[in-house]
Amino acid sequence: MSKLRVAVYKFSSCDGCQLQFLNMEEELLQLTDMVEFALFYEARKAVEPGPYDVAFVEGAVSTTHEIEILKELREGSGILVALGACATAGGIQALRNWANVEEFKKYVYPRPEWIEVLEKVEPLSTYVKVDYEIRGCPVSKEQLLSFVLQLLKGKTPRLPVDSVCLECKRKGNVCVLVTKGIPCLGPVTMSGCGAICPSYGRGCYGCYGPMIDPRPAGLNELFKELGVSPKEIRLLFKQFTASAKEFREVHGGYG
Amino acid sequence: MGMDSVIRVDYLARVEGEGNLFVEIREGKVSRVEVGIFEPPRFFEAFLRGRKYYEVPDINARICGICPIAYIMSSSRALEKILQVKVADELEVLRRIIYLGEWVESHVLHILMLHAPDFLGHESVLGLVKDDPEIVKKGLKLKSWGNRVMSVVGGRSVHPVSCRVGGFHRIVRKEELNTLLKDFQTVKGHARELLEWVLNLPIPSFRRDMVFLSLRNDVEYPILHGRVVSNKGLNVTENEFENHITVEQAKYSTALRYKIKDGSTYVVGPIARYNNNYDLLRPEVRDVVESHGYGAPLVNSFQSIVARASETYHAVLELEELIRDYREPKQPYVDGTVREGSGAAITEAPRGMLYHRYELNEEGYVVNANIVPPTSQNLAAMEQDLIMLGDELTSLDPVKAQWLAEHLIRNYDPCISCATHFLRIKYVK
Repeated sequence: MSKLRVAVYKFSSCDGCQLQFLNMEEELLQLTDMVEFALFYEARKAVEPGPYDVAFVEGAVSTTHEIEILKELREGSGILVALGACATAGGIQALRNWANVEEFKKYVYPRPEWIEVLEKVEPLSTYVKVDYEIRGCPVSKEQLLSFVLQLLKGKTPRLPVDSVCLECKRKGNVCVLVTKGIPCLGPVTMSGCGAICPSYGRGCYGCYGPMIDPRPAGLNELFKELGVSPKEIRLLFKQFTASAKEFREVHGGYG
Repeated sequence: MGMDSVIRVDYLARVEGEGNLFVEIREGKVSRVEVGIFEPPRFFEAFLRGRKYYEVPDINARICGICPIAYIMSSSRALEKILQVKVADELEVLRRIIYLGEWVESHVLHILMLHAPDFLGHESVLGLVKDDPEIVKKGLKLKSWGNRVMSVVGGRSVHPVSCRVGGFHRIVRKEELNTLLKDFQTVKGHARELLEWVLNLPIPSFRRDMVFLSLRNDVEYPILHGRVVSNKGLNVTENEFENHITVEQAKYSTALRYKIKDGSTYVVGPIARYNNNYDLLRPEVRDVVESHGYGAPLVNSFQSIVARASETYHAVLELEELIRDYREPKQPYVDGTVREGSGAAITEAPRGMLYHRYELNEEGYVVNANIVPPTSQNLAAMEQDLIMLGDELTSLDPVKAQWLAEHLIRNYDPCISCATHFLRIKYVK
């Protein structure tokens, strides 16, 4: 069997999603028998030229240079996988999409005129066709491994479609929203994390982004009944996947 | 290398984030050095404004996927100063446990997968796997254990979810922590063997006079608390720290770098902590180090790998004790009073001192934020190191010279993702 030729690349992000490949400590050595990491700057110095069977791309697009590289990767890869909240929804840095980027530059940099960034931070799908989206901030190592194994077996990888609520039910967690009145985005957030936030006594903060057809308006009403201020509700939806369309409906579009 | 030549690395490998390197040699001397960053800025300080104080640690974790706990802890501590929260001792212990777990995970990643291949002439860890599969397997097991410490306390190892301002979201049970001590003797053995293996690597021994900055507190090896000290006599509180450094923007590289007010470059990270706190490392660690002819101080950046491996063994030993003696806290967190004010804190990220300062309004929303990550403090020192290496570089053939220059950058375990929320993009073509 010939090895799966894989490219791992990142744009604007924290490295945490591609790190999950290196966090496969138990499986890594076996995995490298089946997968050739042809391009993976975080792990190796050598670069094997494309084309690649699969490109895993972490990070959001925030410069014209990144658009160019993304298009090259798309052209040179059979399958393009958006890895994590930044690649699938713009991630935390998309918070600047609601602000004046010129003011942001001035706030952070002594020489703002040297900073060249796009007006808005965008997910990969704004610029190229994305074949699969693996959600999460970060993506789960187990989900990523299972995805790669399904590809190796020639299957069409399956990814979750239901909500964090269902994961809580499967784990037998007591609902933090119902029993403790803690605002929790679990009912509208895509599963895949293992419902870790409720398992650790807090509400879900939505880092896997909206589930399919989430209808967050109802949850918004429930939070109001709990006495959460409208401002704090907006902030809750406006975090790691703020730019996702369904969450934008609650906290407000770009203004 | 010719008397006039250029070393250019368009994409630095085996570092976190996107950087490049440019070294110009004129008449056999290094005439220009640029450690460039082309990772786009992410503007964390700017969008933190208007966020509620309790959101800050989780948002900041996203600055770095390799050291999220460092970002969570520096921001939590700074905010707790404003809210006048005194965190209970048991909660401090739990914080130290998860932070040490991050050190183990991050250090072993760097030692084995990013750094050691350079000493042995491999382009990646896979070359090492062929030569010495056992040490790689042991290292991976150790790294996996570090990640498990983080997962047990934090819910997951990348961007843990259990921490909050004032402590934790829920009490971590004694029996949950105890699962980490199963098979612990093996883990401890691996940490010791990894240190011994590192001490036997061919590491250059030339001396370079450097300024090392780290925390120090006289009670324990520093992570969460301490004064800022240097080997040249600096000794100030974390509140005063910002007054002792300057931000510089060099024309040729356009990247912001930090220096001490007197103009000297300085180094933070494992080598600085080790040199300033060698007496506080576990005696078992010092015994191994000294039996291999090392001690303190370490004298050049290549030897940082010794500090990293020593800290890994130290962390494992300390974790055994902390977990064994752990008493469950009565409350998962301590509440504070929301008020207007400002606060600064430094903790020791795997890569060195991480400074955070916040200003809150009377409703607890962030008004101003300033974050000084370790890698940006090391940038100027990296460039100075390359200049000092001048003769060495010019005597090598171009391929080897380029590799040595890259190796030198990797000595610092740079985390460019951390550094970029204030660095200008410069793409050298």
